[in-house]
This record gives sequence, structure tokens and C-alpha cells, in this order.
Amino acid sequence: MTTYIIRRLLWGIVVLFLVSLIVFFSIRLIPGDPVLIYAAQQAGSGGGLTEEYLDKLRVQYGLDKSVPVQYLNWVKGVITGDLGKSIRYQDDVGGLLLQKLPPTLYLGLISVIVSTIFGILFGLIAAIRRGKWIDSVVTFLSYIGLCVPVFLLGFLLIYVFGLKLRWLPIVGYTSPWKDFGLSARQAPMPVVCLAVVSLAVTARQMRSSVLEVNNMDYVRTAWSKGLRERVVVTRHVLKNSLIPVVTMLGISVGLIFGGSVIVETMFGIPGMGQLLVQSIFSRDYVVIQGGTLIIAAMIIAVNLLVDISYGWFDPRIRYE
Amino acid sequence: MNEVFTVPKEPEATSAPRISDWRRFRRVFFQRKLVIFGVVVLVILVLTAIFAPLIAPHDPYLNSLPERLQSPSAKHILGTDDLGRDTFSRLVYGARTALYVGFGTVVISAIVGMILGLLAGYLGGIINAVIMRVMDALMGFPMLVLALLLAAVLGGGLQNVIIALSIATLPGYTRLMCSETLSVKENEYIMAQKAIGSKSIRTMVRHVLPNAFQPSLVLITTMLGNVILAEAGLSFIGIGIQPPGAAWGSMAAVGYRFLESQPLLAFAPSIAIMLVVFAFNMVGDGLRDALDPRLRGTL
Repeated sequence: MTTYIIRRLLWGIVVLFLVSLIVFFSIRLIPGDPVLIYAAQQAGSGGGLTEEYLDKLRVQYGLDKSVPVQYLNWVKGVITGDLGKSIRYQDDVGGLLLQKLPPTLYLGLISVIVSTIFGILFGLIAAIRRGKWIDSVVTFLSYIGLCVPVFLLGFLLIYVFGLKLRWLPIVGYTSPWKDFGLSARQAPMPVVCLAVVSLAVTARQMRSSVLEVNNMDYVRTAWSKGLRERVVVTRHVLKNSLIPVVTMLGISVGLIFGGSVIVETMFGIPGMGQLLVQSIFSRDYVVIQGGTLIIAAMIIAVNLLVDISYGWFDPRIRYE
Repeated sequence: MNEVFTVPKEPEATSAPRISDWRRFRRVFFQRKLVIFGVVVLVILVLTAIFAPLIAPHDPYLNSLPERLQSPSAKHILGTDDLGRDTFSRLVYGARTALYVGFGTVVISAIVGMILGLLAGYLGGIINAVIMRVMDALMGFPMLVLALLLAAVLGGGLQNVIIALSIATLPGYTRLMCSETLSVKENEYIMAQKAIGSKSIRTMVRHVLPNAFQPSLVLITTMLGNVILAEAGLSFIGIGIQPPGAAWGSMAAVGYRFLESQPLLAFAPSIAIMLVVFAFNMVGDGLRDALDPRLRGTL
């Protein structure tokens, strides 16, 4: 077990290294000079646009070095916990990310919890009432959930609850520790938008997984012992059908981070998704590198935890 | 002598169905009403894209500021956008964009991805390790974040969005093809090919590929929908298809600004996207059930 975890951790680091290579070198291909863009913005507010000033900025951000040297410097920094300095925000990327992560993680975490719990519940109900009307409803809704554009759902919610009924504010994010009431009114719409795809995926997976477990001998035995439905379902079916669903957790986290790019742009949430989009528009290399690296690291970590948790759900699983 | 050592007859490729298979395929495929619905939507979509200039009542790119933000009327059945362009006409031309991005991306990523998967699975060893680790790295990103990054690198525009999405969706095909190849490789007919000294390339293309292809076909159909959805997301953020190009995602982004006064501007293109993606998913499902019922729930 320990060797398995160590080996997986090492794999994770190799993959992260590849991720950093992909991100770093592809970003260098983006047309447009970040120093020029920054200086042009400054020029509007009185800064000079002279060649010396631009060169000074390039030296300051290490952009005068060759690309491989820039990469080595960056990796050296990352290992010691320094993610570099944002050109646009004039701030440490580490600090910037720490400031932008909480909204994304907070909404993302709620979305993962909501989509997992309801996905399992709906999938289970659909499977044990297979062929009944509730099965058809769940199956149809999960089809819809897989194909609805995130922004359509956003439009619908904003139009109904924000503009017509005026129950919920349509933009903004407030930390629940600062103003819980406002936060509780701002969170539901983004959370629904983030959760719906992974909810649909989880429900589908759960349904087919339960249907499979239902055919197992031990479930037939449980029924023939005369156990009540509740006991058969919770004790015998539920736990054994969870493994494929746990696998979905890694996918859910990816889906939610991907969705946050659109949802945060839509609802004006100052999180990672919005930061990434803005940084791409302003060619803020260092922030894009740091941001995508952090996202990739978190997804790899979740997948590692998922793999380790298999042993708990099914003790027969052995790690080589 | 030669009669004793006859070359083993090449197995019938299972992907080329015989007549009875074809009939069974059709029966299972058209069994579900939602699949029929999907086929109808896709036929309408393709016809709309082909005959766009005939169907669209107005020029989709023609600005007409006096007519901006109109409600639906006899002249503009879905109203006009912020530049006075006819929403219905833009919707019709958007079908072209969606299909172009969908098919362009899927063709590139499926071909490249399947070749890589075939190589990784069949040759194994260091080639497998390199290809699959790169795929792991690509899968370390959420698909939309990766597509966003690549689209930013390449710059917006139709071609670049297609390339970005192709790279972002590559790992799915490669992994599926690799695992299929690994299982097909164990069959006796592959060993027979090796025994008679057939070249690796020939074995891969003639014998492994046809027998490992079916699951990829289902993935391709479902991916068509996913790719269109992802392109809509990119265009919605403003990194995909650039104006004045008619893309449903960027139309929705414009509509968002006028959600209160002209909700149709936001809803019409978004619902179009949903219908098309739904149709592709349904056809993919029908294909999966008809080709191989064992795949149910795995893709």
C-alpha cells in the first residue's frame, strides 16, 4: 500500500512536470508582448513608452533571457514556493492565487457535494425503480444535463430568479464568513450551473452500476433471506455500487474547474476561472502558468485519493 | 505442400456488417424514439448548414443600426441583435460554424488519437510509456481549461479553435484505442498473423484496427456533441470564433448583455446548441446499443 502510494505520487510529479512543460512552452507561443501590453496600459496613465523603459521591464521580469532559461528559473522558483510575479497585477502570483482560490474552491466544493449526493440518490432511485416513470424522468433529465450549455442554465436561472422574481442577486461573490446571508443568496445559481453536468454524469454512472450489482448472487441471497428492501438496498447494493461513482469524483472535479471558467465570467465571481480568462486576454504569462499548474496539481491529487479509496470500498482490491 | 500450410483466412472484419447484421442494426438503432428524434434534428441541421443562403431571409453580417434590438416581427421572425442583424439568419449560418467545428475537430482528433492509441497499444514499451504519459499530462487539465489555453496560444478564429479542441480531446481516443488494441492483440488471429511473418504495420491496419474500431465510432459521435458544446463555451467567453462570424456561443454572449430586454437573443442560440448536442448524444447512444449492447454504460 505504502509503496503503491509512493509510486503514484512519483507518477503524479512526472505528470505535473509534463504539464508545466506544456503550459510554459505553449504560452510562449501566444502572439503579443506582455511587457508592451502592460506598458501601453501604463502609458495611458502617464508612464513612458520608451525602449529603455521596456527593456527595464523585461529585465525586471526575466523576459530578456532565452526561453529555456526562463523555464529553469520558473521551475526553480516553483520548487521553493515562489510562483513568480504577475506583470499585470504587479503582485506575487502565489499571493494572487491564494486570493482567487477561495471563491472557486468554496463554490466548487459545494457543487461536488451537491452533485455527488444527488447524483447517487437519483441514480439509485432510478435503478431500483427500473422502467417505472421515475426512472424515465431521471434518465431523461440526465440526458438533458449532459447537453445543456452551462450558460443556457445560467440565463434561465438569472432570467427567472434574478430578473423576473428578483429573489437572488445576479452577480457577485461574498465570502460566507463576511456576510453569510448575502453569500447564501449569491451562491445557489453558480452552484447549480457548476454542479449540473457532474450531477448528470454521476446519476447515469450510479444507475448502471446499481443495475449491475442487482444481478449479483449476494443480492439475490439477501432478498431470499427475506430482508426488507431498505436493508438490501442500503447494506448490500449501495456500498458495492459506489466504486465506479467514486471514480467519477476525479472527473467531477475537472468538470467543475472547467465550468468555473464560464460560470465565474458570467456571474462576476473573482475566482480562478475569471483570473485565467483575464490573464489570457492580457497575456499575463506567469499567472496562467501558476494557475493551470495549481489546477492540474489539484486534479492529480484528487485522482490519487480516488485510487487509494478503492481499497476501502472493496477490500478485495489489492495494490501491486 | 502448399495446401497444408494455407495462410489462415483473414477473419471477416466485424465493422463491415453483413446483410442480416445490417437489418438487426437498423432495427435496434431505430427502436428508441429519442434516437429517431436525434436523427431528425441532425438531418435538419445538415440541411440548414448546406442551404443556409437559401434559408436565411437576411444577410447575417449586415449591420442595420436603425433596426437594432427589435422584438420578433414578420420581417425578423426572431428579432435583431445589438447591431441590427437578423437573429434567425445568424442562427442559420451558425449551424455551419457548429458543424464545421464539430466535424473538423473530430476528424483530426479521432485520426491522430486512434493512430497514437494503436501504436501505443500494439508496440508497447517505451512508445506506449511516452504516448500515454503525454496523454496523462493533457488529461491533467480540465478539457475546457486546456482548450482555452490552446485557443489563446493559437489565437481565435475557426481553424485555430478546431486545432485547439482537437488537441484537448485527443486523450479520449488514444486511451480507448490503446486499451482496445491491448485486448484485440491477445486474439489468436493476431498471433497467426505474426506467425506467418506479416509486417507489424499490416497487422495493425488490417487486423487490429477493424476489430478495435467499434467503441471509437461511438466515442466519435458523442464527441461531436461535446466539441460543439466546448466551442460554444470558448466563443461565449470570447476566445473562440471572433466577430462578425456567426457562432452560437458568441451570439449567446451578446444576448447575455440584453437578457432583460431581449431574452430571445440569449435563449435562441443556446437552445440551438442544446438541441444539437442532445441529438448527437442520442445518435451516439443508439449507435452503441446497435453495434454492441455490451458497451452500454461504459461510454
